[in-house]
Amino acid sequence: MDSDSRPTPEVDRRGFLLRAGVVLQALAATIVALPVLGYLLGSFRSGRDEQKWVRLGPVSGFAEGRTRMATYRNPFRVAWDGGTDEIPCWVRRVRGDTFQVFSVHCTHLGCPVRWFQESGLFMCPCHGGVFYADGSRAAGPPPRDLYRYRHKVERGDLWILGGRLPTLGQGV
Amino acid sequence: MRRLLRELVGWVERRLEIGPVLRPAIEHPIPRDAASWWYVFGTAALALLGLQLVTGVCLALSYVPSAAHAYDSLEYLTYHETLGWFLRALHFWGSSFMVAIVAVHMAQVFLFAAYKYPRELTWIAGVVLLIATLAMAFTGQILRWDQDAYWGLGIGAAVAGRTPLLGPEIVHFLLGGPIVGGRTLARFFTLHVFVLPGALLGMAAVHLWLVFRVGISEKPVEGATVDRRTYRARYEASLRRDGIPFFPFAARKDMVFSALVLIAVVASAALFGPYGPGGPPDPTLIHTQPRPDFFFLWLFAALALLPPGVETFLMLAAPVVLIAILVAVPLVSGTGERSPWRRPVSVMVVFLAVLTLGVLTWFGEKSPWSPDMQAWSGAPVPPDVVRGRTPLELAGAAVLQNKQCRNCHRLGSEGGERGPALDGVATRLTRDQLVRQVLQGGGNMPAYGKNLSPAEVDALVAFLQTLHPASEPAVRDRPGPPPER
Repeated sequence: MDSDSRPTPEVDRRGFLLRAGVVLQALAATIVALPVLGYLLGSFRSGRDEQKWVRLGPVSGFAEGRTRMATYRNPFRVAWDGGTDEIPCWVRRVRGDTFQVFSVHCTHLGCPVRWFQESGLFMCPCHGGVFYADGSRAAGPPPRDLYRYRHKVERGDLWILGGRLPTLGQGV
Repeated sequence: MRRLLRELVGWVERRLEIGPVLRPAIEHPIPRDAASWWYVFGTAALALLGLQLVTGVCLALSYVPSAAHAYDSLEYLTYHETLGWFLRALHFWGSSFMVAIVAVHMAQVFLFAAYKYPRELTWIAGVVLLIATLAMAFTGQILRWDQDAYWGLGIGAAVAGRTPLLGPEIVHFLLGGPIVGGRTLARFFTLHVFVLPGALLGMAAVHLWLVFRVGISEKPVEGATVDRRTYRARYEASLRRDGIPFFPFAARKDMVFSALVLIAVVASAALFGPYGPGGPPDPTLIHTQPRPDFFFLWLFAALALLPPGVETFLMLAAPVVLIAILVAVPLVSGTGERSPWRRPVSVMVVFLAVLTLGVLTWFGEKSPWSPDMQAWSGAPVPPDVVRGRTPLELAGAAVLQNKQCRNCHRLGSEGGERGPALDGVATRLTRDQLVRQVLQGGGNMPAYGKNLSPAEVDALVAFLQTLHPASEPAVRDRPGPPPER
């Protein structure tokens, strides 16, 4: 048959062009998708540093045997954070340079626990978690003690390693 | 005038030629019994989606998606912008009605088993629409950027943070950074204004397309079971025999009902006004009681009531399982009986779901598990419990008040409900039992041993022993036989 034996260069060229189109489209889609995905999934990159030492103030500002709130500017703030860059924490000065610094976030679901000096308890307003003065779990649904910041006293100042929202998978 | 209008429409139509496309959709035949008041909820949901789009675009004219300015821009909208408060109220009440109507629509479709062959995909698209609607409701309350939004994000992050292995990365991904802040609001703005509306509109188009292509289901009749081999032919035959055009037979009921729903939204907005914003999103103001909007109160309550041993598993697995069940409904039960009278389990499921959601919402509203943070200093002491008491007992009453006992225990119908009410406690516990309970705690009560002096314990227990009705004496420790050796 004539049409079978004769090569059809026209059709071949068109077929090639279509195939090239598909391949080029796939290539273009890939080189667009890669940076987009990389941008979106930056959180899953390893080696993120999200804690820095921040100063809470002079040790003399905290009375011995008492617990009070202190606040610090989030070291990873952005200019458009507004008031949310001011992070609270509970500082308990046991005695001398012995401190405990707790995150205000309840270990159950992250609501802010409130300190009651009279009964020596932290109470959570969301689901009723209660913690003792040393941060240990006293009652309610929390699965663990209050999150404790790493801290140090340097030249009369109290410093903590802050900046991250503590969760069960990763404390502060 | 009318002639001019007709000519104008004709001029446009001769060029656009949209009529032949729209006419079959508008006039497509439906079963005679489908022109029913039971079938009006989907259109109402669509009308509310339209309302949300219009009011949402209007709000976006003034809203600033920056954590530093969002709150102020909402205050501006509410108090300075002409009718800004009303637009905010419309958007809020529109969202509340939309969640409710979508839920009712789903319950109706489920009860009538309209998800069965060949409408499985219509149902699955509907499930996606339900999820998108709830996601819009959640992200919307985040955009309010008040205290509830700030701590609500904290709750979301705490749940996500329980994911094994990738918890911290997922939290970072949700918040856009290591902690709630400006980057977080930008993310949720993007979700609420671009991603979710796009998904909602796209999926609504698929849903509608399927409704037109596969046809509106006839009302279920007992014994008229769905069979994959015969259903379509039977449906087509019934349409040819007895079908009526969608417009105007069903459309007029849809129009009436969705107009009534829109009027109800406008009336609610006018009567009750906008919701929030609550306190400013300043994390150092921790004297706050974070609560979600009412359509998520059931979830808030469920999170409080989960058994601790399995709560992480349930928090993470329950949403996946629930969605999987919803998607699987038409795949598992795609044929057979459609009438609710012959499907008692399905009716029971709807009844139980409504009951569960209702009870949990009520619990969430009451939050009896939360301490009443102000009760110790704010709730009055009932005069009866202190009248005629000895100085020791009065000192105990002061201890009870000062040590925040009433944050968890009611006395004279005021105080927290976390623990049992103390009226009549002396009829339940003896002196020794009271002392032990106060010192060691237990049964979800903290131990007060370290925070009370022996004198305070004495006074407190002496007071607690007076708490019994006049007609019922306090229980006493019986001097038992000497312990055997």
